[in-house]
Amino acid sequence: MKKGILLIGALWFMFVGNAIAKDVVIVTSFPKELFETYKKTFEAKHPGVNVVVNSKQTNAGVTYLRETRAKPEADIFWVSAPDAFQTLDSDGLLEKYAPPKEIMAKIPAKIGNFPIHDPEGKYFGFAISGYGLMWNKNYLKAHKLPAPKEWTDLTDPRYYNHLVISAPSRSGTTHLTIETILQAYGWDKGWALLLNSGGNMGSITERSFGVPEAVISGQYGIGVVIDFFGLSAIASGQPVEFAYPSLTSVVPASVGIVKGGPNPQEARMFVDYLLSEAGQTVLFAPEIARLPVIPELYAKAPKDYPNPFKRKLGGVEFNDQLSSSRRDVVNSLYDHIITYRHRELRDAWKAVYGAEAALGKSKSPQAAQGRNLAAEARKLLTQAPISDKRAADKEVTGAFRSKSGLKSQLETEWENFARGNYGKAKELAEKALAAAR
Amino acid sequence: MSGPRASIDAWQGAILALLLAVLCAFIVYPVGRVLWISLSDDQSNLTLLHFANFFRRPLFRDALWNTLWSGFLVVLFSALFALPLAYVLARYEFRGKLLLQTAATLPLVIPPFVGAVALQLILGRSGMVNLLLMQGFGVSIPFMEGLAGVVLVQTLHFFPFIMLNTVVSLANIDSSLEEAAQNLGCHGLRLFRRVTLPLMLPGFIAGSLLTFIRAIDDLGTPLMLNYKNLLAPQAYLRITTIGMDDVDGYVVCVVLVVLSLAALLAARKYLSLAEYATVQRAAPITEKLQGATSALVWLVIVIVLGISLLPHIGIAVLSFAKVWSFTLLPETYTLGHYHEILFRVPHFVINTLIYTLLAAAIDIVLGATIAYLLLRTRLPGRNLLDAIATLPLAIPGVVLAVGYLRVFHGWDFPGAGGPLTSSWMILVIAYTMRRLPYTVRACYAALQQVHLALEESAQNLGANRWRTFVKITLPMITGGLIAGGLIAFITSCVELASTIMLVPRIELGPISYGIYLYMQSPLGRGAGAALGVVAILLVSAGTYLTHRVFGGRAGSAFRI
Repeated sequence: MKKGILLIGALWFMFVGNAIAKDVVIVTSFPKELFETYKKTFEAKHPGVNVVVNSKQTNAGVTYLRETRAKPEADIFWVSAPDAFQTLDSDGLLEKYAPPKEIMAKIPAKIGNFPIHDPEGKYFGFAISGYGLMWNKNYLKAHKLPAPKEWTDLTDPRYYNHLVISAPSRSGTTHLTIETILQAYGWDKGWALLLNSGGNMGSITERSFGVPEAVISGQYGIGVVIDFFGLSAIASGQPVEFAYPSLTSVVPASVGIVKGGPNPQEARMFVDYLLSEAGQTVLFAPEIARLPVIPELYAKAPKDYPNPFKRKLGGVEFNDQLSSSRRDVVNSLYDHIITYRHRELRDAWKAVYGAEAALGKSKSPQAAQGRNLAAEARKLLTQAPISDKRAADKEVTGAFRSKSGLKSQLETEWENFARGNYGKAKELAEKALAAAR
Repeated sequence: MSGPRASIDAWQGAILALLLAVLCAFIVYPVGRVLWISLSDDQSNLTLLHFANFFRRPLFRDALWNTLWSGFLVVLFSALFALPLAYVLARYEFRGKLLLQTAATLPLVIPPFVGAVALQLILGRSGMVNLLLMQGFGVSIPFMEGLAGVVLVQTLHFFPFIMLNTVVSLANIDSSLEEAAQNLGCHGLRLFRRVTLPLMLPGFIAGSLLTFIRAIDDLGTPLMLNYKNLLAPQAYLRITTIGMDDVDGYVVCVVLVVLSLAALLAARKYLSLAEYATVQRAAPITEKLQGATSALVWLVIVIVLGISLLPHIGIAVLSFAKVWSFTLLPETYTLGHYHEILFRVPHFVINTLIYTLLAAAIDIVLGATIAYLLLRTRLPGRNLLDAIATLPLAIPGVVLAVGYLRVFHGWDFPGAGGPLTSSWMILVIAYTMRRLPYTVRACYAALQQVHLALEESAQNLGANRWRTFVKITLPMITGGLIAGGLIAFITSCVELASTIMLVPRIELGPISYGIYLYMQSPLGRGAGAALGVVAILLVSAGTYLTHRVFGGRAGSAFRI
């Protein structure tokens, strides 16, 4: 009994009593390779400061900081999605900071048209990310498929059941990709593309890492990913390739200081380190493979490393305020018409593809009528249930932040719209197929 | 009423009150805080609007139906796996039985979400089996797609619940009952149907129930297989995506809780109707295996275990794989993953042992006390205690964790040196509360089968209640206690839902969290798998030792 008490006492001390060394507590969605490497290098540079990592997926991290705002336990928020920082900032959860001039002088103000740092000094870009497609070479060869180049390629019927994406509501980076597509092609065409590629998806994963995992292991052929997932997989010798479509946005992954965190001094030290040349060089490590924000560093980059400051990457002027304001709406819309209705959507597209293939070869007298039916089915499958004006409307965006019945009403509407359309489209496509015979 | 008796009752009353207070603080209050959200509007007025909306939405109706259907299927298939194994384990003596007992509990060891990854490698779209099929016949079978995949993974993970409980019941059947039936000319199938089956029913139903409830609460499997139209993932996705303010998430939680509770109550009622307490404890009925029976039994074992250990094989191969992409087996192998988890970050393993053993120990004490109060006293409030102790079964880990964050965050807990939510103790508490129903159930089942007459005769001979408990009751239920503690230990090791939300910092994370972390990073699949292998080895070693220690006595851990 006495021994037991001693043991428990010792354990107690081990866990509770070690708070003497200085900590810096970081909430991050980044993979282990990234934060472990930074933990090691930062602690080597600042002995006596202990990096404590709290790994949370982006949205869960935002939720966590909101929930703990009365007494914050974290000092640093460190994720890819800039709109997550916008959200936190509008809730007043981020601390203003001005890093030393000699550090900031080396970093340009903008990448393309996108400001690297928040103009008000609430968060700082530390790495540049682009969005693109990665694919498994073995898989494409085995299934005799060409490599994709553009977002629009994802609507190719040949890719049916070979694609994978993560739900934008679950992954900050996928949400940015979806926004990029919506901003590049416009709301209506953008949703048409998303719905069509959604029908081609074999799976919609719950975690952003589910996508590279599925592509690397060859479960699916092509995945929609943020660049470093592709680049780091290539660096580790996996049989995959990665490409940026010509229309993409280049967006910084950022870091911000949590207001009222327990270790403000150490938090500032960490931000300084991250933006310094030493901290930026770490990004080149093959298991991290991210793009630094200091242009001159690219002289030291590994061979064939993409340089976003030189190569023309982008083509989309990313509007992050628009993205942030309608974020909940876009995510919920994607979930309710694509993720949660995936089976119906896939079945409908399969029927349409089948009908179109048959009609292409058909010499039946009713073929023209069949083509009309197929076109009608296609139209039903490429419509969004809400206009872009309405989606950015204050009443609608506000409904996703309160307990009002409007959100539930909208979601129910979208669901019924999707189910109705997909069912009808499938019927039309089946009639079209009959006409081809 | 005589003096000593009254004082004992006062003691019992005090213990009951204390237990009630603890369970209220760590179960009822946190969950109540969370559930209130689903019943209130922006102005904190009571409203049922959110529930009305639930049934108006096709998505939620689908999710509800899918949940019920998949839960039923999992129980059905689990029973197919569990019953033959249970029968063999309870009724035959043979070499290698200990090994078999250990191996049969292994499926519980592998976290279902890791099992999902591993099974993808074997049965998935580009898994071994389908690659072979494609090369040979140009076809593939979608084992792992949609609801079928979820049911497959859950069946392989949860069937030991049915098996363990059925074995306990089978082993407790008084051989004289079967012998009497045989003397009266009842043999074979008829003997099984008319005598053995009714006697083993309580254990079987208890196991089926646990399986059903675990299956509908399971979050990891559907998430890993990307199947979202079930209630548990809907609740999780909503609360973590849109945030704690999303009412629909809480409504889904409440519906889940109601479902689980209903299942629980129905089966409890059934169990209380079928009271098969055994007065006399004879030697367990076992046969030595020989000849044709032996071959048949081994065939059953090999088939059932072969399938149920597929995920373990997948995980083991993955833990050595360096590059494994669209090929039958990995192209290159490495030992690096083991170096990583054993020497670079060994704390995951150490933390797991500390947390789960502590939680299991606390659970045994609480469970035995609660079961005793329930069955052997008539204290007012014991039914309430029972209800509360059973409640965690019906509370998804996510909900409990969110409740803890809401209640314990922001104020310094006395003795913890800070808020409870920034200490490792919150994990022990969560595990203890989450698994308490298992130990209570196990202790209850064990105690239920000790006939009151045995205790009464001890008391008639002059022993007081405590002495009776220690000398008569406790030895007879030790196996049940160990079984309950073991289940608490094993399932805590692979607990993920509440762990993800409650781990205060990485250094304090247990194995399940480590696996989850590694599986999240592009190159960590191998290391995650290696950690999974360590978890499997650790817990199976624990299980094996328990069998060894208690196997020497009249009953093994699972055969009271």
